[in-house]
Amino acid sequence: MKKTSLRFKITDIFYIVMMILPIVCGIVLQVLTKPASEGISITGARIYFTVPMPLQDFPVTESQVNSVIVLVVLFFFCRFMTHGLSEKAELKRQHFAEMAVEKVTDLVEENMGEYFMGFVPFIIAILALSAFSSLITLFGLFPPTSDINIVGGWAVLVFVLITYYKMKCGPINYLKSFTQPVALLTPINLISEVATPVSMAFRHYGNVLSGTVISVLLGSALAGLSSMILGKLPGFLADIPLFQIGIPAVMSLYFDLFSGCLQAFIFAMLTMMYVAGAFDFETYKSKKARKSAKNKI
Amino acid sequence: MELAIGIILGCCALGAGMAMIAGIGPGIGEGNAVASACEAIARQPESKGSVTTTMLMGCAIAETTGLYALVIAILLIFVAPNILVDILVNTMGAL
Repeated sequence: MKKTSLRFKITDIFYIVMMILPIVCGIVLQVLTKPASEGISITGARIYFTVPMPLQDFPVTESQVNSVIVLVVLFFFCRFMTHGLSEKAELKRQHFAEMAVEKVTDLVEENMGEYFMGFVPFIIAILALSAFSSLITLFGLFPPTSDINIVGGWAVLVFVLITYYKMKCGPINYLKSFTQPVALLTPINLISEVATPVSMAFRHYGNVLSGTVISVLLGSALAGLSSMILGKLPGFLADIPLFQIGIPAVMSLYFDLFSGCLQAFIFAMLTMMYVAGAFDFETYKSKKARKSAKNKI
Repeated sequence: MELAIGIILGCCALGAGMAMIAGIGPGIGEGNAVASACEAIARQPESKGSVTTTMLMGCAIAETTGLYALVIAILLIFVAPNILVDILVNTMGAL
Protein backbone atom coordinates (compact mmCIF):
# COMPACT_ATOMS: atom_id res chain seq x y z
CA MET A 1 0.00 0.00 0.00
CA LYS A 2 1.23 3.42 -0.92
CA LYS A 3 2.17 5.73 1.90
CA THR A 4 -0.08 8.77 2.05
CA SER A 5 1.60 12.10 1.71
CA LEU A 6 1.57 14.85 4.30
CA ARG A 7 -0.54 17.09 2.12
CA PHE A 8 -3.16 14.38 1.78
CA LYS A 9 -3.34 13.98 5.55
CA ILE A 10 -3.63 17.72 6.13
CA THR A 11 -6.53 17.90 3.68
CA ASP A 12 -8.19 14.99 5.46
CA ILE A 13 -7.88 16.69 8.82
CA PHE A 14 -9.25 19.91 7.33
CA TYR A 15 -12.34 18.07 6.04
CA ILE A 16 -12.91 16.34 9.39
CA VAL A 17 -12.57 19.63 11.28
CA MET A 18 -14.97 21.29 8.89
CA MET A 19 -17.44 18.45 9.53
CA ILE A 20 -17.30 18.92 13.30
CA LEU A 21 -17.01 22.70 13.45
CA PRO A 22 -20.55 23.62 12.22
CA ILE A 23 -22.12 21.24 14.75
CA VAL A 24 -20.07 22.77 17.57
CA CYS A 25 -21.09 26.24 16.36
CA GLY A 26 -24.73 25.15 16.37
CA ILE A 27 -24.49 23.79 19.91
CA VAL A 28 -22.77 26.97 21.14
CA LEU A 29 -25.40 29.11 19.45
CA GLN A 30 -28.14 27.08 21.08
CA VAL A 31 -26.58 27.21 24.54
CA LEU A 32 -26.16 30.99 24.24
CA THR A 33 -29.68 31.74 23.02
CA LYS A 34 -31.88 29.09 24.62
CA PRO A 35 -33.87 30.50 27.54
CA ALA A 36 -33.90 28.46 30.71
CA SER A 37 -37.12 26.54 31.13
CA GLU A 38 -38.68 24.29 33.72
CA GLY A 39 -40.94 21.30 33.27
CA ILE A 40 -42.58 20.55 29.96
CA SER A 41 -41.42 22.83 27.20
CA ILE A 42 -42.39 21.98 23.65
CA THR A 43 -41.49 24.88 21.41
CA GLY A 44 -41.25 25.34 17.69
CA ALA A 45 -38.22 26.77 15.97
CA ARG A 46 -37.01 29.90 17.75
CA ILE A 47 -36.51 33.03 15.70
CA TYR A 48 -32.96 34.36 15.95
CA PHE A 49 -33.52 37.67 14.19
CA THR A 50 -35.74 39.20 11.55
CA VAL A 51 -34.59 40.81 8.35
CA PRO A 52 -36.93 43.59 7.24
CA MET A 53 -38.15 43.08 3.67
CA PRO A 54 -40.47 45.23 1.55
CA LEU A 55 -43.40 42.81 1.44
CA GLN A 56 -43.02 40.83 4.64
CA ASP A 57 -40.40 40.50 7.35
CA PHE A 58 -38.04 37.59 6.80
CA PRO A 59 -37.43 35.70 10.04
CA VAL A 60 -34.19 33.72 10.32
CA THR A 61 -35.21 30.74 12.42
CA GLU A 62 -33.42 27.93 14.18
CA SER A 63 -34.49 25.42 11.53
CA GLN A 64 -32.97 27.46 8.70
CA VAL A 65 -29.69 27.85 10.55
CA ASN A 66 -29.62 24.15 11.40
CA SER A 67 -30.38 23.09 7.85
CA VAL A 68 -27.48 25.24 6.64
CA ILE A 69 -25.32 23.49 9.25
CA VAL A 70 -26.46 20.13 7.87
CA LEU A 71 -25.66 21.26 4.32
CA VAL A 72 -22.12 22.34 5.25
CA VAL A 73 -21.49 19.12 7.19
CA LEU A 74 -22.79 17.01 4.32
CA PHE A 75 -20.69 18.88 1.77
CA PHE A 76 -17.48 18.25 3.67
CA PHE A 77 -18.57 14.69 4.45
CA CYS A 78 -18.92 14.02 0.73
CA ARG A 79 -15.58 15.70 0.06
CA PHE A 80 -14.01 13.50 2.73
CA MET A 81 -15.55 10.29 1.40
CA THR A 82 -14.48 10.98 -2.18
CA HIS A 83 -11.03 12.28 -1.26
CA GLY A 84 -8.26 10.25 -2.85
CA LEU A 85 -10.36 8.14 -5.18
CA SER A 86 -8.37 5.66 -7.23
CA GLU A 87 -9.05 2.72 -9.50
CA LYS A 88 -7.56 0.22 -7.08
CA ALA A 89 -9.67 1.53 -4.17
CA GLU A 90 -6.73 1.87 -1.79
CA LEU A 91 -8.67 3.64 0.94
CA LYS A 92 -11.36 2.04 3.08
CA ARG A 93 -13.70 4.98 2.75
CA GLN A 94 -13.88 4.51 -0.99
CA HIS A 95 -15.55 1.13 -0.44
CA PHE A 96 -18.24 2.72 1.72
CA ALA A 97 -18.81 5.52 -0.80
CA GLU A 98 -19.07 3.04 -3.66
CA MET A 99 -21.42 0.85 -1.67
CA ALA A 100 -23.77 3.75 -0.94
CA VAL A 101 -23.81 4.90 -4.55
CA GLU A 102 -24.39 1.36 -5.83
CA LYS A 103 -27.25 0.73 -3.40
CA VAL A 104 -29.06 3.90 -4.46
CA THR A 105 -28.38 3.21 -8.13
CA ASP A 106 -29.96 -0.23 -7.77
CA LEU A 107 -32.91 1.28 -5.92
CA VAL A 108 -33.51 3.88 -8.63
CA GLU A 109 -33.16 1.32 -11.41
CA GLU A 110 -35.61 -1.00 -9.69
CA ASN A 111 -38.24 1.63 -8.96
CA MET A 112 -37.95 4.14 -11.81
CA GLY A 113 -36.49 2.31 -14.78
CA GLU A 114 -33.69 3.02 -17.22
CA TYR A 115 -35.00 6.37 -18.42
CA PHE A 116 -34.64 8.00 -15.00
CA MET A 117 -31.04 7.03 -14.24
CA GLY A 118 -30.14 10.72 -14.10
CA PHE A 119 -32.16 10.91 -10.89
CA VAL A 120 -29.56 9.01 -8.86
CA PRO A 121 -27.72 12.10 -7.52
CA PHE A 122 -31.01 13.80 -6.67
CA ILE A 123 -32.27 10.77 -4.74
CA ILE A 124 -28.97 10.42 -2.87
CA ALA A 125 -29.13 14.12 -2.01
CA ILE A 126 -32.68 13.82 -0.68
CA LEU A 127 -31.83 10.69 1.33
CA ALA A 128 -28.71 12.16 2.87
CA LEU A 129 -30.22 15.57 3.58
CA SER A 130 -33.34 14.15 5.19
CA ALA A 131 -31.52 11.49 7.22
CA PHE A 132 -28.84 13.87 8.49
CA SER A 133 -31.42 16.55 9.29
CA SER A 134 -33.29 14.10 11.50
CA LEU A 135 -30.12 12.66 13.02
CA ILE A 136 -28.94 16.12 14.12
CA THR A 137 -31.18 15.64 17.20
CA LEU A 138 -28.48 13.29 18.50
CA PHE A 139 -26.37 16.41 19.16
CA GLY A 140 -29.26 18.07 20.95
CA LEU A 141 -29.98 20.50 18.14
CA PHE A 142 -33.41 21.33 16.78
CA PRO A 143 -34.08 19.02 13.80
CA PRO A 144 -34.95 21.03 10.66
CA THR A 145 -37.30 18.25 9.54
CA SER A 146 -39.67 18.95 12.43
CA ASP A 147 -40.39 22.35 10.86
CA ILE A 148 -43.03 22.12 8.14
CA ASN A 149 -41.48 24.97 6.14
CA ILE A 150 -38.33 22.97 5.41
CA VAL A 151 -40.08 19.72 4.53
CA GLY A 152 -42.74 21.62 2.64
CA GLY A 153 -40.04 23.14 0.48
CA TRP A 154 -38.79 19.68 -0.49
CA ALA A 155 -42.35 18.53 -1.17
CA VAL A 156 -42.94 21.53 -3.47
CA LEU A 157 -39.74 20.62 -5.33
CA VAL A 158 -41.06 17.08 -5.84
CA PHE A 159 -44.41 18.50 -6.97
CA VAL A 160 -42.66 20.65 -9.60
CA LEU A 161 -40.82 17.56 -10.85
CA ILE A 162 -44.06 15.55 -11.03
CA THR A 163 -45.78 18.31 -13.00
CA TYR A 164 -42.79 18.66 -15.32
CA TYR A 165 -42.84 14.97 -16.18
CA LYS A 166 -46.61 15.04 -16.67
CA MET A 167 -46.22 18.04 -18.99
CA LYS A 168 -43.64 16.20 -21.07
CA CYS A 169 -46.40 14.49 -23.03
CA GLY A 170 -47.81 17.90 -23.99
CA PRO A 171 -50.05 20.32 -22.09
CA ILE A 172 -53.20 18.96 -23.74
CA ASN A 173 -52.51 15.47 -22.52
CA TYR A 174 -51.74 16.93 -19.09
CA LEU A 175 -55.09 18.69 -18.87
CA LYS A 176 -56.86 15.64 -20.26
CA SER A 177 -55.41 13.45 -17.53
CA PHE A 178 -57.56 15.26 -14.96
CA THR A 179 -60.78 14.08 -16.57
CA GLN A 180 -59.84 10.40 -16.29
CA PRO A 181 -61.74 8.09 -15.99
CA VAL A 182 -64.86 10.32 -16.28
CA ALA A 183 -65.17 14.09 -16.54
CA LEU A 184 -67.31 14.12 -13.41
CA LEU A 185 -64.29 13.32 -11.25
CA THR A 186 -62.26 16.41 -12.21
CA PRO A 187 -62.53 18.22 -8.83
CA ILE A 188 -61.49 15.08 -6.98
CA ASN A 189 -58.52 14.64 -9.31
CA LEU A 190 -57.49 18.25 -8.70
CA ILE A 191 -57.67 17.73 -4.94
CA SER A 192 -55.61 14.56 -5.12
CA GLU A 193 -53.03 16.40 -7.22
CA VAL A 194 -52.60 19.03 -4.50
CA ALA A 195 -52.79 16.42 -1.74
CA THR A 196 -49.61 14.72 -2.95
CA PRO A 197 -47.08 17.34 -1.72
CA VAL A 198 -49.20 18.16 1.33
CA SER A 199 -49.29 14.55 2.48
CA MET A 200 -45.58 14.07 1.78
CA ALA A 201 -44.69 17.13 3.86
CA PHE A 202 -47.09 16.26 6.69
CA ARG A 203 -45.91 12.66 6.84
CA HIS A 204 -42.26 13.52 7.31
CA TYR A 205 -42.86 16.50 9.58
CA GLY A 206 -45.48 14.75 11.71
CA ASN A 207 -43.32 11.71 12.32
CA VAL A 208 -40.30 13.69 13.46
CA LEU A 209 -42.38 16.13 15.50
CA SER A 210 -44.37 13.39 17.22
CA GLY A 211 -41.10 11.74 18.23
CA THR A 212 -39.94 15.00 19.83
CA VAL A 213 -43.26 15.54 21.63
CA ILE A 214 -43.37 11.99 22.96
CA SER A 215 -39.75 12.19 24.13
CA VAL A 216 -40.44 15.42 26.06
CA LEU A 217 -43.65 14.04 27.60
CA LEU A 218 -41.91 10.82 28.59
CA GLY A 219 -38.97 12.69 30.09
CA SER A 220 -41.18 14.86 32.29
CA ALA A 221 -43.35 11.88 33.25
CA LEU A 222 -40.29 9.89 34.35
CA ALA A 223 -38.99 12.89 36.30
CA GLY A 224 -42.34 13.13 38.09
CA LEU A 225 -42.32 9.41 38.82
CA SER A 226 -38.84 9.36 40.30
CA SER A 227 -39.49 12.47 42.42
CA MET A 228 -42.73 10.88 43.65
CA ILE A 229 -41.00 7.69 44.77
CA LEU A 230 -37.70 9.08 46.02
CA GLY A 231 -38.97 12.53 47.05
CA LYS A 232 -39.60 11.52 50.67
CA LEU A 233 -35.97 10.55 51.22
CA PRO A 234 -33.74 13.04 53.04
CA GLY A 235 -30.92 15.07 51.53
CA PHE A 236 -29.45 14.48 48.12
CA LEU A 237 -31.18 11.10 47.79
CA ALA A 238 -34.36 12.91 46.79
CA ASP A 239 -32.70 14.32 43.68
CA ILE A 240 -31.58 11.01 42.18
CA PRO A 241 -33.18 10.70 38.71
CA LEU A 242 -33.89 7.00 39.14
CA PHE A 243 -36.16 6.40 36.14
CA GLN A 244 -34.49 8.87 33.81
CA ILE A 245 -31.43 6.65 33.48
CA GLY A 246 -31.51 4.61 30.32
CA ILE A 247 -35.23 4.63 29.51
CA PRO A 248 -35.20 7.87 27.42
CA ALA A 249 -32.17 6.50 25.56
CA VAL A 250 -34.14 3.47 24.40
CA MET A 251 -36.98 5.71 23.20
CA SER A 252 -34.46 7.95 21.46
CA LEU A 253 -33.06 4.90 19.69
CA TYR A 254 -36.44 4.36 18.04
CA PHE A 255 -37.63 7.93 17.57
CA ASP A 256 -34.36 9.54 16.52
CA LEU A 257 -32.33 6.82 14.83
CA PHE A 258 -34.86 4.38 13.36
CA SER A 259 -37.70 6.78 12.63
CA GLY A 260 -35.40 9.44 11.18
CA CYS A 261 -33.72 7.05 8.75
CA LEU A 262 -37.02 5.37 7.88
CA GLN A 263 -38.70 8.67 7.06
CA ALA A 264 -35.78 9.65 4.83
CA PHE A 265 -36.10 6.34 2.99
CA ILE A 266 -39.86 6.71 2.64
CA PHE A 267 -39.58 10.28 1.37
CA ALA A 268 -37.07 9.17 -1.27
CA MET A 269 -39.15 6.12 -2.23
CA LEU A 270 -42.30 8.21 -2.63
CA THR A 271 -40.39 10.77 -4.70
CA MET A 272 -39.22 8.01 -7.02
CA MET A 273 -42.65 6.45 -7.30
CA TYR A 274 -44.53 9.68 -7.91
CA VAL A 275 -42.05 10.98 -10.48
CA ALA A 276 -41.84 7.65 -12.31
CA GLY A 277 -45.61 7.25 -12.17
CA ALA A 278 -46.21 10.73 -13.56
CA PHE A 279 -44.31 10.01 -16.76
CA ASP A 280 -46.27 8.20 -19.46
CA PHE A 281 -43.42 6.62 -21.38
CA GLU A 282 -45.55 5.04 -24.14
CA THR A 283 -47.30 8.26 -25.10
CA TYR A 284 -44.00 10.15 -25.01
CA LYS A 285 -42.33 7.60 -27.26
CA SER A 286 -45.12 7.49 -29.84
CA LYS A 287 -45.31 11.29 -29.86
CA LYS A 288 -41.57 11.57 -30.40
CA ALA A 289 -41.67 9.00 -33.19
CA ARG A 290 -44.48 10.91 -34.91
CA LYS A 291 -42.56 14.19 -34.57
CA SER A 292 -39.36 12.78 -36.04
CA ALA A 293 -41.33 11.18 -38.90
CA LYS A 294 -42.88 14.57 -39.64
CA ASN A 295 -39.48 16.25 -39.65
CA LYS A 296 -38.12 13.74 -42.15
CA ILE A 297 -40.91 14.50 -44.60
CA MET B 1 -64.10 37.42 30.24
CA GLU B 2 -62.34 34.76 32.32
CA LEU B 3 -65.20 32.39 31.57
CA ALA B 4 -64.84 32.97 27.85
CA ILE B 5 -61.09 32.35 27.95
CA GLY B 6 -61.68 29.22 30.03
CA ILE B 7 -64.19 27.92 27.50
CA ILE B 8 -61.72 28.55 24.67
CA LEU B 9 -58.88 26.71 26.40
CA GLY B 10 -61.08 23.81 27.48
CA CYS B 11 -62.63 23.36 24.07
CA CYS B 12 -59.20 23.46 22.39
CA ALA B 13 -57.99 20.67 24.68
CA LEU B 14 -61.17 18.65 24.14
CA GLY B 15 -60.90 19.09 20.38
CA ALA B 16 -57.28 17.97 20.40
CA GLY B 17 -58.23 14.86 22.33
CA MET B 18 -61.11 14.12 19.98
CA ALA B 19 -58.95 14.65 16.91
CA MET B 20 -56.65 11.88 18.08
CA ILE B 21 -59.53 9.39 17.88
CA ALA B 22 -58.31 9.15 14.29
CA GLY B 23 -55.37 7.18 15.69
CA ILE B 24 -57.63 4.10 15.76
CA GLY B 25 -57.72 3.82 11.97
CA PRO B 26 -53.98 3.70 11.24
CA GLY B 27 -53.55 1.36 14.21
CA ILE B 28 -55.92 -1.22 12.76
CA GLY B 29 -54.58 -0.71 9.24
CA GLU B 30 -50.93 -1.10 10.18
CA GLY B 31 -51.78 -4.10 12.33
CA ASN B 32 -53.39 -5.76 9.31
CA ALA B 33 -50.43 -4.90 7.10
CA VAL B 34 -47.88 -6.30 9.53
CA ALA B 35 -49.96 -9.45 10.12
CA SER B 36 -50.12 -10.12 6.40
CA ALA B 37 -46.39 -9.45 6.06
CA CYS B 38 -45.68 -11.98 8.83
CA GLU B 39 -47.81 -14.55 7.03
CA ALA B 40 -46.04 -13.87 3.75
CA ILE B 41 -42.60 -14.22 5.35
CA ALA B 42 -43.68 -17.44 7.08
CA ARG B 43 -44.81 -18.85 3.75
CA GLN B 44 -41.80 -17.66 1.76
CA PRO B 45 -38.84 -16.83 4.03
CA GLU B 46 -36.60 -16.04 1.05
CA SER B 47 -38.72 -12.99 0.12
CA LYS B 48 -38.17 -11.33 3.51
CA GLY B 49 -36.31 -8.30 2.19
CA SER B 50 -38.81 -7.15 -0.39
CA VAL B 51 -41.79 -7.93 1.87
CA THR B 52 -40.28 -5.85 4.68
CA THR B 53 -39.62 -2.91 2.36
CA THR B 54 -43.12 -3.01 0.94
CA MET B 55 -44.61 -3.33 4.43
CA LEU B 56 -42.71 -0.29 5.71
CA MET B 57 -43.88 1.73 2.68
CA GLY B 58 -47.47 0.65 3.23
CA CYS B 59 -47.29 1.42 6.93
CA ALA B 60 -45.94 4.88 6.21
CA ILE B 61 -48.77 5.61 3.82
CA ALA B 62 -51.39 4.18 6.19
CA GLU B 63 -49.97 6.40 8.91
CA THR B 64 -50.73 9.57 6.97
CA THR B 65 -54.32 9.96 8.17
CA GLY B 66 -53.21 9.56 11.76
CA LEU B 67 -50.55 12.20 11.21
CA TYR B 68 -53.14 14.63 9.84
CA ALA B 69 -55.01 14.20 13.12
CA LEU B 70 -51.77 14.69 15.04
CA VAL B 71 -51.02 17.94 13.18
CA ILE B 72 -54.52 19.22 13.92
CA ALA B 73 -54.18 18.25 17.59
CA ILE B 74 -50.83 20.03 17.87
CA LEU B 75 -52.26 23.12 16.18
CA LEU B 76 -55.20 23.06 18.59
CA ILE B 77 -52.97 22.80 21.64
CA PHE B 78 -50.13 25.17 20.76
CA VAL B 79 -51.42 27.61 18.13
CA ALA B 80 -55.20 27.94 18.32
CA PRO B 81 -55.60 29.17 21.96
CA ASN B 82 -53.30 32.16 21.45
CA ILE B 83 -55.02 33.22 18.23
CA LEU B 84 -58.54 32.74 19.61
CA VAL B 85 -57.81 34.58 22.87
CA ASP B 86 -56.26 37.43 20.87
CA ILE B 87 -59.38 37.67 18.75
CA LEU B 88 -61.55 37.64 21.88
CA VAL B 89 -59.51 40.36 23.59
CA ASN B 90 -59.54 42.53 20.49
CA THR B 91 -63.31 42.27 20.00
CA MET B 92 -64.02 42.83 23.70
CA GLY B 93 -61.73 45.85 23.67
CA ALA B 94 -63.66 47.26 20.73
CA LEU B 95 -66.95 46.99 22.63
